[in-house]
Amino acid sequence: MSFMPVMLWSDALVFLLLAAGTASALYVRQREHLMLPWQRVAQSATAMVSLLVLSLFLLIGLLDTLHYRIALPEKNGGETVYSPEVLSVFDKLVTPLRTQTEKTYSAPLAVTLYAKESISDAHGNIAREYPRLRYGGAHLTDMQLQDSDVCWRWVTGMLAGMLVGLLITLGSKRWLAQRGWPLRPLLIATLIISALIGMTINLAVVYHVLGTDKVGQDVLYLSLKSIRTGLIIGTVTTLVTLPLALLLGIAAGYLRGWVDDVIQYIYTVLSSIPSVLLIAAAVLMMQVTIDTHPQWFDNSASRADLRLVFLCLILGVTSWTGLCRLLRGETLKLREMEYIQAAQSFGVSSLRILTRHIMPNVMHIVLISLVMDFSGLVLAEAVLSYVGVGVDPSMISFGTMINAARMEMGREPMVWWALASAFGFMLVLVLAANLFADAVRDAFDPRLNRTEAVA
Amino acid sequence: MIAYIIRRLLYAVPILIGVNLLTFALFFVVNTPDDMARMQLGIKRVTPEAIEKWKQQRGYDKPLFRNGAANGTDKFRDTIFWQKSASMFVLDFGYSDDGRSIGHEIATRMGPSLAIALPTFLVGLVVYVSFALLMTLFRATALDMAGVALCVLLMSVSGLFYIIGGQFVVSKLWHLVPISGYSGGIGSFKFVVLPIVIGVIGSVGSSSRWYRTIFLEEIGKDYVRTARAKGLSELRVLFRHVLKNAMIPILTGVVVVIPLLFMGSLLTESFFGIPGLGSYTIDAINAQDFSVVRAMVFLGSLLYIVGLILTDISYTMVDPRVRLQ
Repeated sequence: MSFMPVMLWSDALVFLLLAAGTASALYVRQREHLMLPWQRVAQSATAMVSLLVLSLFLLIGLLDTLHYRIALPEKNGGETVYSPEVLSVFDKLVTPLRTQTEKTYSAPLAVTLYAKESISDAHGNIAREYPRLRYGGAHLTDMQLQDSDVCWRWVTGMLAGMLVGLLITLGSKRWLAQRGWPLRPLLIATLIISALIGMTINLAVVYHVLGTDKVGQDVLYLSLKSIRTGLIIGTVTTLVTLPLALLLGIAAGYLRGWVDDVIQYIYTVLSSIPSVLLIAAAVLMMQVTIDTHPQWFDNSASRADLRLVFLCLILGVTSWTGLCRLLRGETLKLREMEYIQAAQSFGVSSLRILTRHIMPNVMHIVLISLVMDFSGLVLAEAVLSYVGVGVDPSMISFGTMINAARMEMGREPMVWWALASAFGFMLVLVLAANLFADAVRDAFDPRLNRTEAVA
Repeated sequence: MIAYIIRRLLYAVPILIGVNLLTFALFFVVNTPDDMARMQLGIKRVTPEAIEKWKQQRGYDKPLFRNGAANGTDKFRDTIFWQKSASMFVLDFGYSDDGRSIGHEIATRMGPSLAIALPTFLVGLVVYVSFALLMTLFRATALDMAGVALCVLLMSVSGLFYIIGGQFVVSKLWHLVPISGYSGGIGSFKFVVLPIVIGVIGSVGSSSRWYRTIFLEEIGKDYVRTARAKGLSELRVLFRHVLKNAMIPILTGVVVVIPLLFMGSLLTESFFGIPGLGSYTIDAINAQDFSVVRAMVFLGSLLYIVGLILTDISYTMVDPRVRLQ
C-alpha cells in the first residue's frame, strides 16, 4: 500500500456527527409529522439556495477530513516508511495549488512578485525589476499577453462552467419539480455557482487567482482549507453542548427540587463569567498542558488537531448554558400539560415520560438554537484566534489568515488580497448559514406559525 | 425594596464563591504551579532550582488548601487558595508578573475603557432602537424587508472586518483621525470617535433585528388595537404605547451589560491602542500572565452579577406592576 489512512481526533468526531445526522434524517423521513416543517423549509427559495452553498462548503470540508500519509519512496529494510506530513483527499485534488508556492507576496492573477528586486541577467548586469513568478503565468512567453490570456481563460472557464451547470439543471429539473422545490432560484444559483467554479478552475491552473501570501502560499488554497476549520468549530462544538444542555435542562425542569437548584447554580456560575474571559482562561491552561506534555503527540498535525478538538470542547462547555435555560423553561411548562399528567397517572415511569413525551416536544428548540449558533461560532473562531486563544497558529483557518494578513495593510504597495479572501469566504459561509437558520426557525417555531395563521 | 436588594446581594455570594473555586481549579489544579513554571521558563532552560525560584517569587510555593506546617488559622491562611483566590473577595488582586499591583492597574485603566464603551453603548442604543422602530413602522413593506436583509448582511460580517476596514478607510486613506493612540481629557476626542462609530456599526445588524422582533411582538397585542381604534396616529401608538411596553424585554438585555462596560472591549481597545482594561486583558493573555487573567475573570463575573441586580431594580422603575419582595 502506498498510503496509510490517518484518523485524526477531529475527523472521528466529524464522522460521528455525520452518522448522527444521517440517522436522524432517516428517522425524520419516515415520519410525516416530522417532515412537515422541513417541507416548509424546502419551499423557501433563500433557504434552498443557501443550503446549496452550504453543501458545497460541506463537500470541501468533508473531502478535507479524509486524511492519509503517503509512503516515502526509500524503504528501510523492507519496512515502508510513511511521510510525517498528513495530507487529505482535498489536498490531493488541488495538488498544484498546494505545491506551487512562490517566494513571497504576489497580487491576484499577477505574473510578477509584488515588489522590485535586484536581478542579474546573463551578462551580469544588475537591474531593479519585478521578478517573474515561478508558477503564476509561467506559460506566458510575453508578459504583454497576460491581459488577453486572463480574459480568454475567464470567458472560456465561465462558458464551460455554465455548460456543466446547464447539464446539471436539465438533468435535475424534473426531480426538483416533483418535490415542489423552488425551481427557478435553484437553477439560477446552480448556473452562477458552476460558472464561478469553472472560471476559478480555468484560471487557477496557471495563475494564483487570489494571489499568494508572505511565504508564497496560494491564498485560494488557504481559504479553501480554512473552510474545514470553520465547519468543525461550528459543528463539533454542538457535540458537547447538546448532551449537556439536553440532559441537564430537562432534568432540572422535570425533577425540580434540589436537582433544579444544583443545575441552576452550575449554569448561573458558568454564565456569570464573561465568555471570552472564560474561554481565554481555559485555552491558556490547555496550552500549558499541551506544552508540558510534548510526548503525547507524534507529529505537529496531531497536536494542532487536538488543540482544535479541545477548543471545540471549551467552546461547548462555556456555551451550553443558554440552551439549558431555554430547555428548563420549556420542560417546566410541558410537565404541567394534561398529556403528561395523564401519562403519570397511568403509571408511566419518569424515564419513559422524559424520552417519549418531553424530549420530542423540545426538539424544535434544540434544532433552532443549533442552527442559530453555527454562524456565531464560525465568527468567534476568527476573533479568538486574533486574541491568541484560538486554533493552533500552524492550523490554516480564517482567524490565522486574518491575523497574518492584518499587519500587511500598512505595506506599500498594499497587500489586501489575503484579508479580502478570508473575509469574503467567511461572509459567504456565515451569510448562507444565517439565511438557512432563519428559514429553519420560521418553519419550526410554533409561535411564529400561529401569528401567520391569524394574519 | 432594601430588604430585597440585600437578599439578592447575599444570593450573589455563593455564585461568586463558585466562580472563585472554578477559576482556582482551572489555574492551579488542572496544571500544577510546577507545570506553569516549566512553561514560562521554557522547556529547555528548566532546572528544579529555577522552578522553585519562579514559584517563590509569585508565592506559588505554598500548599493548595491546607498548610500542615503552620499553626492555628495559618493552616488555612498560608496557602495558595487563601492568598491568591479568596483574597479577591476583598478586591485584593495581587501583583502581575511584572510586579505591578493589579488593583491599581484596574483603577487607572477603567477610565479609558469607559471613554470608549459608554458612548458606544449609549449611541448604539439610540441608533438600534430608532432603526428598529423605523422598520416596525414600515413593517411588511419592501422597506422593512430591505432593512432586515441589511441586518442579516451586517451581522454576517466578521467584527474584525469593521475594525480593520474602518481603520484603513478613515485613518489611512482619508487621514481624518489618528490610526491608534489615546490621550486623557478633551484631546482624546479624535482618538475615541472612530472606535465608537465602529463599535456602533459592528452590532447594528443583530441588535436592530432583536429590537424589531420585540416591537413586532408588542404590536400584535390587544392594547395596540385599542389605541388604534381610539384613532391615535400610528406614530403615537408606536412611541407612546409600543415603546413603553417593550421596555421590559429591552431592559432585560440592556441593563445587565452596563456594569460590564467598565471592562471595555478586547478587540477595539487592542486595535486602537486604548490603554483600557480590554487591552490589559489581551496583553496578559499574550504574555500568559495568569494572575491578571484570573483577576479579570473574577471582576467580570462580579460586574455581571451587579448587572443582574440592577436589571431587577430597573423593572420596578419602568413597570409599576413589578413589586420586589
